[in-house]
Amino acid sequence: MSNKRTLAVLVENKPGVLDRVSSMFRRRGFNIDSLTVGRTENSELSRMTIVVDGCSKRLESQLRKLINVVSIDDVTSKPNVTRDLALIKVKVNSDTRSEVLQLCEVFRANVVDAATESMIVEVTGAEDKIWAFLENLEPFGILEVVRTGVVAMARGNRAVSTKEYKPRPYRNGSTPQPVFATSNGPFVV
Amino acid sequence: MLLSGAEIILECLIKEGVDVIYGHPGGAILPTYDAMTRYPQIHHVLCRHEQGASHMADGYARATGKVGVAIATSGPGATNLVTGIATAMMDSSPMVCITGQVPTGAIGSDAFQECDVTGVTLPVTKHNYLVTDVNELAYTIKEAFFLARSGRPGPVLVDVPKDVQNAKCEFHYPEALVSLPGYQKLPPPTEEELTAAAELVRQAKRPVILAGQGVILSGAGRIVREFAEKTDTPIAFTLLGKGGVPEEHPLSLGMMGMHGTGQANAAIQEADLLLAFGMRFDDRVTGNIKTYAQKAKKLHIDIDASELNKNVKVDLGIVGDLRTVVEALTPRVEETKRPEWWSTLKSWIQDTKDRCIGEREVEDKLLAAHVIQDIFKFTRGEAIIVTDVGQHQMWEAQYYPHERPRTLLTSGGLGTMGFGMPAAIGASMGLKSSNVWAIVGDGGFQMTLCELATAMQERVPIKICIINNGFLGMVRQWQEMFFDKRYHATPMLSPNFTKLAEAYEIPAKRVTARAQINETLSWAEQHTDGPVLVEFAVEQHDIVYPMVPAGADLDKMIRRPAMSQV
Repeated sequence: MSNKRTLAVLVENKPGVLDRVSSMFRRRGFNIDSLTVGRTENSELSRMTIVVDGCSKRLESQLRKLINVVSIDDVTSKPNVTRDLALIKVKVNSDTRSEVLQLCEVFRANVVDAATESMIVEVTGAEDKIWAFLENLEPFGILEVVRTGVVAMARGNRAVSTKEYKPRPYRNGSTPQPVFATSNGPFVV
Repeated sequence: MLLSGAEIILECLIKEGVDVIYGHPGGAILPTYDAMTRYPQIHHVLCRHEQGASHMADGYARATGKVGVAIATSGPGATNLVTGIATAMMDSSPMVCITGQVPTGAIGSDAFQECDVTGVTLPVTKHNYLVTDVNELAYTIKEAFFLARSGRPGPVLVDVPKDVQNAKCEFHYPEALVSLPGYQKLPPPTEEELTAAAELVRQAKRPVILAGQGVILSGAGRIVREFAEKTDTPIAFTLLGKGGVPEEHPLSLGMMGMHGTGQANAAIQEADLLLAFGMRFDDRVTGNIKTYAQKAKKLHIDIDASELNKNVKVDLGIVGDLRTVVEALTPRVEETKRPEWWSTLKSWIQDTKDRCIGEREVEDKLLAAHVIQDIFKFTRGEAIIVTDVGQHQMWEAQYYPHERPRTLLTSGGLGTMGFGMPAAIGASMGLKSSNVWAIVGDGGFQMTLCELATAMQERVPIKICIINNGFLGMVRQWQEMFFDKRYHATPMLSPNFTKLAEAYEIPAKRVTARAQINETLSWAEQHTDGPVLVEFAVEQHDIVYPMVPAGADLDKMIRRPAMSQV
């Protein structure tokens, strides 16, 4: 069985943060399986979903050392939802079109574009579902694939909160307030 | 009042208690250099090369425990700092580097003297900043100093574009504590951790303390000593840990590792418990990691969580400030005597004494080990010794026991040749002491010898001792032992060092025999109004014994024959 870990990482939304994270992975010899990053409900924070192969404790402690990393949540260890989205341009003709459409129905994929000799289908799901879908489309001729990479979230009421995060008071003259983050204990200095 | 970015930088430095900065001017940092004329409280030391500036700031920091500051211009100025920054990073030395950058509008256009310095220094700084708004400058510098000196110390770089140095804004220095959401507070050790640790100590029959630089950085020397005395536990030191606890204490085994003492390495391999205090199991300390301390359980206490289980799997890891943890642990351990363990240790110690070359008569030859031993005796072990990297560094570690913390400054992690002399300048200025001795090799000295001019211009009273063996000695040693004596690219021609010193108007003498050492040292000691230089022309084909070949088992040491076998 694979030794993959999925980490939900909150980082400060600052220039170069992605560089800091990916450079640490490279120089410490960790392999990134997938890394996605996007804004959160708090515009000062971004959230990364990082899928890595093995040794997540060592990796976590290295990640935590980066000043811009606010919190780390290993969602692999708890019930979770993981999703990957793929756009697939597949070859079709009058004979195969209906068969492909049938497959889309089985995998709950949507056709988002159709042309004379091809169509683009959009499929969402856990990684293994995407692989299965791709395998099924293979005989028809896959022309192009793009995937977003995995995003993940732990199930249940407990949340990785961004609400308590306050940006550092860089602007001149304002007084910094102590900052608390809830998820992984105090980060107050 | 409106201040320019340049003035804000200097105001911030003053607020942080900085009195001396090391640097080299250039186009992109000129506004800040111009502003220095209005801030005479800050003394700027003009270095001849930015690498020297970063080593001086590092030496200042290691000697005083305060944050050292280096300043340079954009592009080549900043890239020249990099070796010194990486050196400070590896050895956890607190440093703030301020670099000029091309104006914000020109960033990314390959402008003259432009370099992506935050990118270049990203892996070798604790954190770095590119400040694009003058309003953010004061807070950023406050944060930079805080990061440099807190937790596990390290270098922080602040890159300031020229237009930001010229832009003006209201200056308020934030007095409140900096809050960083992603920066971990160190929780005190838990009851469970302390109980488990005390139980490990209680069960141990053959424990060894591995004292690293953490002992010095957290000021834990006294409590570690108390812990060792209470539990009758021997102490082995890492290179950077030397002086954390007095090395001539009866419980001391001396240095561990590649050129460590026989007793320290044998004790580690035979131990049933390693107490790793503020050290990181570097490969030069462990030798072959697969055979390292197989019989021992490991208790590791470090301020940096990422060091636990990094190189060596530990049975119990406690993240925290070493002093706090050991202070909490000591009352929980029982007073113990370990006569059996010590009788084994004492036989190893005696064996080392038999092989020691310090007091051995050697005719017609000046040995580097003798030079170091005599410097130790002459300075009564009270000097601040700054070394370079190579054979002389290891001889220093073996023949100069240190009694106090921060009296040996050396590049351990990165092993940076050229570190010694500039770092000694920083140390001497930081301590305002004329008892700072730079012990350097002929190879490393020539990497940064341009700083002789800096030492002279600033009248820094350092004592420069060049251990000249006409070779890149440590590389030569490896060639002799592992490359069939093919001495390629290690014999080196050096200038006449005393004449070189003369060109800088630095008093200098050359020593060729052991009998001359003492009088020359006392001659050197009398010069307190500027640097002096002493060259020791030592035996060329000498080897640092003992040695654990790279990757070999720690107890498979190549040793010098015992006196009785000579």
